[in-house]
This record gives sequence, structure tokens and C-alpha cells, in this order.
Amino acid sequence: MFITLLRIELFKIFKRPRTYIAFGAIAMIVLLVQLALKVNGKDFIQLYTDSQSDTFEIPYESMNNGYFVCVAVLHMILIHVPLLVALIAGDMISGEAGLGTLRLVVGKPIGRTELILSKFMASTIYVVMLLVWMAIFALFGSILLFGSGDLVVFREENMHLMNQQDVLWRFFAAFVFAALALTTIAAMALMFSAFSENSLGPIVATVCVVIVFTIVQQLKVPLFEQTINPWSFTTHMLGWKGFFYVEKTAEGVTIDGSVENPASLVKSAGVLLGYILLFLTVTVQYFKRKDILS
Amino acid sequence: MRKLLVFAAILLPALLPAQDVKELLQKVKDKYDQVKDYTAEGKLKTNVLFIKAPVATVKIWYKKPDKIKIKNEKGVSFIPKGSVNINMNNVLGLSNYEAIVSGTEKVGGTDCKVIKIFPLSDEDNISRATLYVDEQQLLVKRSVISTRENGTYELVMQYKQYAAYGLPDKVELTFNTRDYKLPKGISIDYDNGADKDKKERTAPKKGKVEIVYTKYTINKGVPDSVFN
Amino acid sequence: MMNTIIRVKNLSKRFGDLQAVDQLSFSVSAGEVYGFLGQNGAGKSTTIRMLLTLIEPDEGEIEIFGLNLRQHRKEILKRTGAVIERPDLYKYLSAFDNLRIFARLSGMKASRKQLMDQLEMVGLAERANSRVKTYSQGMKQRLGLACALVHDPGLIILDEPTNGLDPQGIAEMREMIIRLSRDGGKTLLVSSHLLSEMEMMASSLLIIDNGRKVAEGKLDELLNPKTALVELAVTDARAARQLLGQTDWIHNIHEKTNQLLRFEMEKSRIPELTRLLVSSGLDIQSIRPVHSLEEYFLAQTGK
Repeated sequence: MFITLLRIELFKIFKRPRTYIAFGAIAMIVLLVQLALKVNGKDFIQLYTDSQSDTFEIPYESMNNGYFVCVAVLHMILIHVPLLVALIAGDMISGEAGLGTLRLVVGKPIGRTELILSKFMASTIYVVMLLVWMAIFALFGSILLFGSGDLVVFREENMHLMNQQDVLWRFFAAFVFAALALTTIAAMALMFSAFSENSLGPIVATVCVVIVFTIVQQLKVPLFEQTINPWSFTTHMLGWKGFFYVEKTAEGVTIDGSVENPASLVKSAGVLLGYILLFLTVTVQYFKRKDILS
Repeated sequence: MRKLLVFAAILLPALLPAQDVKELLQKVKDKYDQVKDYTAEGKLKTNVLFIKAPVATVKIWYKKPDKIKIKNEKGVSFIPKGSVNINMNNVLGLSNYEAIVSGTEKVGGTDCKVIKIFPLSDEDNISRATLYVDEQQLLVKRSVISTRENGTYELVMQYKQYAAYGLPDKVELTFNTRDYKLPKGISIDYDNGADKDKKERTAPKKGKVEIVYTKYTINKGVPDSVFN
Repeated sequence: MMNTIIRVKNLSKRFGDLQAVDQLSFSVSAGEVYGFLGQNGAGKSTTIRMLLTLIEPDEGEIEIFGLNLRQHRKEILKRTGAVIERPDLYKYLSAFDNLRIFARLSGMKASRKQLMDQLEMVGLAERANSRVKTYSQGMKQRLGLACALVHDPGLIILDEPTNGLDPQGIAEMREMIIRLSRDGGKTLLVSSHLLSEMEMMASSLLIIDNGRKVAEGKLDELLNPKTALVELAVTDARAARQLLGQTDWIHNIHEKTNQLLRFEMEKSRIPELTRLLVSSGLDIQSIRPVHSLEEYFLAQTGK
């Protein structure tokens, strides 16, 4: 029955016009960024390399390749995708309550836990499809437009260069990690959705939580850095970036296939999985006991 | 008397006529002048505090007297601008300069004559240079070059296969670097718990690149368009 | 052969300060149209939602098809179809897609033909591919019924099925309910506040008020019982009450106003009542046995 429920949930998601807003928005934003970098790529790179242009020859053309563009796109887009995820996941239960279909569905011979898990799984599949779509446009589309090459990423205090052949797997890992991060958002939005009987509340609540914790993280208040930040899921959601931090030898040479501080990535993934489990458990326990009055 | 002789023995080399130093430099130049152009391949290793880079395969082109280009054709490398000084003709080709010998020093296990060069023309980019010359092989083993516009560069050369042409097998270029720091909003940063780079920030601000030459093609012609 | 389809015992539910259902007990026999009557807020919907496991009772037991609802929930719901209040469906989907979804949720893998037949039965086959948001209220109601019936349930629960329907729609719904019971052998539990409609289709009734059972039984027995419900209009209701209280064949005397009494008595003794009142010298304005369901309902709920 779980597969049946899942298929029904996916059918409902992809029959709704609002679902395609996210896909359309991503395609449009990616194309705009690609256009901008095609026209102004050098200026964009100069933003990062200006302080070093007296010391080094900056190979703007070879830097402005598909991989660089994709990282730029991900850096700009992924911070906003939680809203697109909340739009769908936050509507999963409260939307049905608002529509009046929840009472019809729950009154069927299906378990409430089964129902919640199928909605969660459908949200997860939606997240994955969103990221696959993003990968098609942002990664493969950029490679098509700009070609591939070595990747340079710019951190606050250093820049990491990666050999071309050492890049693709990092994108794959980053997308997988981003899927985990966005699934955490989906789980939280689903939880809020169970508490509410209108869609707007859970969507707004999800976005607000993300914003608040992101701001707390950026404030750099020592108290928050010691207590909240290490466990805030917004901190760990950014872990996809860690796949582009390369480890180096004592002589400063990067090690192909390496990541700086892999333990931190594992920890981040663990924290996110923990949050998913927590949100799901709360949702299931609450929904099992909830009186359906809508 | 004996003291006087010892004193003279020490002082004498420094008082060698400038003409002798220039003769030595000319001999070295003649050796290097055998090479009108070359195309070389090499492995470039970057050791700069704020750059994490893999070993890159680069191509180097040279055309007498002062054209040199280093490029990573298939990837991305940050080539220091001071790498033009790999071309010894920048110093050896000076026409108006003073030179004095400033003792000897071992470089790579070889005794080298330390020659300080002072260009007399204000138009030269080089303000001062120190060459460590292997008199036996007529090779510059090390150079410290101060430029008016781009700071000071140090080069250490190792010669093996192409020593007869004055072409090194390995060059280490050390140069000054400027601080690198990006605003947080545009960098791709997140707190991953690794802060070891912060400790390195107290280290001196110099960068180093090392080129290990794997192949030279000498005097076969290099078009000018390569250097555009 | 099972006779009792639904058996409810001491069902209670409280929401905060409100006792929505209070020690409610009733049973529904196989094949009948069981009317569930009460004003808005009487507890009908809450009771129905408890039957469908949408709401967890605080107390009480529910058996359907002879099985405990808590322990055999899925099995019972597979054989149950329901329309709860307005049949809200997925507006952005077509009627066909809605029906297919609810069929699958009921555990039925219906073929296209089966689904179209179902839509044909409720008169929606021609609009099968139209989105539900383009449907009128009556069409939505019919589609809701189709969704409730698609898996051929033995028990059908309809909560306010005629809400929002025009008179023709109400009549059609009523005919369908009677047909399901009479020809299809289904058991129906129908809740409504429309007394006239209930009178026309229900064979048994449960009247609840403030969450409590007020009356239960066969319709004709409730309306024409041996024991009649009588309304007496007199100038001095108190005096009349004292007089009637001295008899042992008049019960449950309520003083509705200072000029109106209501009580139960054997129908056959109404002439005796008349003689008693006349001989007492009281000024009688009217003696009226309650006949219609509306009057019965209003009498039972004290309105």
C-alpha cells in the first residue's frame, strides 16, 4: 500500500501547476546567471582576484568554465531553494486539510504513519527531481555553454584549484548532500504542515526558521557559536560547499580526490539525518493522535 | 706582514677590476645566448599560503632576447608575473650597469661567485640583481632580482641535462605576495571546523613556485604570436 | 447472517469544555437507512468522524461488521464508504482522476471501464475529464458519492449529503439512497438536520441533542407509538400538571410554558384524558398528539 500511496502523492504533486513554478524559476535563474557570466565572466572573476592581479597572471578565460559557473550558480541558488521546497512540503497535510480532502483520505483503510511516510517520501523525490533539474541546467548546461576545465573556488582566505578530472565527483557529492539538506527542510515543513490547517502558515514558518537560524549563524556572537551554531541545521546544510575544499600537502599541493576535513562532512550529514528523523518522528506521533476536524 | 697578506687575500677578490666581473658575465651570457628560442614542457608546483593548487603541466616558450611565456594550456594555473625573470637575459642583457663580486657562497653544493649588479639606467625595470654564478660551468645557480614595479624575486636553478645550453632542469621562484581576503558575502565559505589556515597567517608573506622541466625543444623557432 | 452492522456503546468525546458526545449508544441493522438526526452542533459529525477513525473517542466502544473498530480498522474501512459534509475533492484534478485515487485508497485497483461505469451511474461520465473546480455543487456531491461507492462498500455513511443541493438535487440524492438500500442491500447511516427528508428515506432514527441520545427507534414506532407524545394547551398549566401527576398512566410531564404541557401517555387513553380535564374544570385550549417528525424532534429536543 505504501507504494500506492507514494504514487498517488507524486501524481498529485506533479498535477499541480504550482509545482512547476520551482522548476521554471530554477531554469530561469540559472540561464540568467549563465548569460551574465558569458558576458561579464571576467569582471566577475576580477571581483575575487583583483588583489592578486599584480602578482599573478590571472587566466580569466580558462577559469570561466562550466564548473566555475555551476559553483557560482549553486552558491547563489541553493540558499533560496528551501522556499521552493517549503512551498510543496508545507502544503502536504495542511493543504489537504484546507481542501477538505484530508478527512476523506484518513477515513480510508490506510495507516496514518504510512500516509505521513508516503508524503515525506514524495517530498524527498520532489527535492531530488528539483536538484536533478538544477544539475541539468547548472552543471551540464554550463559545461555545454562554457566547456569544462579546472575549477577554482574562492574562500575568504584562500582559493582552491582542482584538476578537471577531480571535479565531477565533487559535484555529484555536493548534489547528494544538498538533497539531504533540502530533505531536512522538507521534513520540517511537513511537520509544520501537520500542525496547521492552512498552507500558508507552515510555508512561512519554515522559511522564518531558516532565516532566523541563518542570521544567528552569521552574527558571530560567541554565545551562539558555542551553543546554537554547532547544532543548527542551517549550519550543516551548507556542507555541500565542503566538497570543494581540497586538502593539501605541506608544500601546498592539493591532493586529488581529497576533501578538507571529511569528518566535518560526515558530522554534518549525521546532524541532518538526525533532524530528519526528529521531524518525522514528531510528525508521525502528532498526526497519529490528531483529531481530523477539517 | 703576514696579516697584511691575509688582509689583501681577503680583499683582493672584491677589488678585482669591474672589467673581470663583466668578462665573466659576458662568458655566461655567451653560453646562454646559444639558445635563440625554446619550447619546453614542465610541471608547475605552487606553494603560496592562500592558493591550494595541484601540480600542473605547463608549457614554456622563450624567444631571445626577452620574450618568455608560461601557460597551463589545458587547465588553470596562477603564474607569478615574476616568472619572466626565469629568462636570465633580463639581467645578463643589461648594457649599462656596474657589477661587483661580493664573495662566494655555496648553492646546491657548488661554490658560486656572488655578483651584485647595479643597472645605471632608470629605464630598466630591474633596480638591482644578485647572481650566484658557477664559474666552472658558467651557469647562474641562483639570482635575487629586485624590480621597480613588481617587487623582489629569487630564483634557484638546477642544471643537469641541458646545462650546456644554460637551460635549467628545475627552477624555484620565490616572490612577495599580497594579502588575500574576500568579503564573506561573496566567498564560498562555511564553518567546517578547520581553522588551521588561520595559524599559518602569521607566516611570512612569500610565495613559491617550482617548475620541473621535462622536455626542451631548442632553436626550432617560436612564432611571435605565442607571446601575444 | 449478521444483523447488526454498527454497534456503538457509551461513546464520549470532549473538546476542551465542550462535551461533544456524551455516553452515546446505538445500533444500526443490516440493510436499513438509519437516520441520524440533530441540530447543528448536536454531535452528529463528531460521532460519524469517530466511526471513521478521524477522531479518537475518549470513551466507549465501536463495533462495525461485528469487529472492534480499534483492532480491525483497515478491514472495516475497506468495506465502508463515506461522504462527510461537503464532498471536497482535489479541485485541480479531473473527476476521473479523483475517482481513481479514492478507489486506490480504498484498496481497489479499478479498471478504466469500472471507473467510467461509476461516473455513468452518478451522471458524470460526460464530464469525466473536466477539473472538479469547474463542477457545480450538485455535481461535486454526486462525484463524492461515486468516490464513496466505487469500491462497493457494504456500509455507507453520509453526513449531510444534501447540503448545498437544490430541490431537484435533494430529491435525486434521496432516490439514490433509497435505491442503494432497497436494491443494493447496502446499509446506510445518513445524518441530516432536514427532518422532512429524513422522514422520507429513513427506516430507523437516532435523535441526539447536546451530544446525548434523545430518542432511538423505528421511524413509524417513534411517530406512531403506543405511547403518544401529547401537547396540552391550558390556561393554568401548573394546576393541570398537578392533576395529571396524580395518574399512573401519564408520564414525563414537562411544563413548557405556563400554558403548555407536554407528556407521554398511552394513545388509547386520550379520550379518558379529555374527560379528566373537562371534569376538573380546567380551561382547555387544545389537546394535540404529536405526529410529524418535525414536531417529534422539536418535542424531544425541547425546542
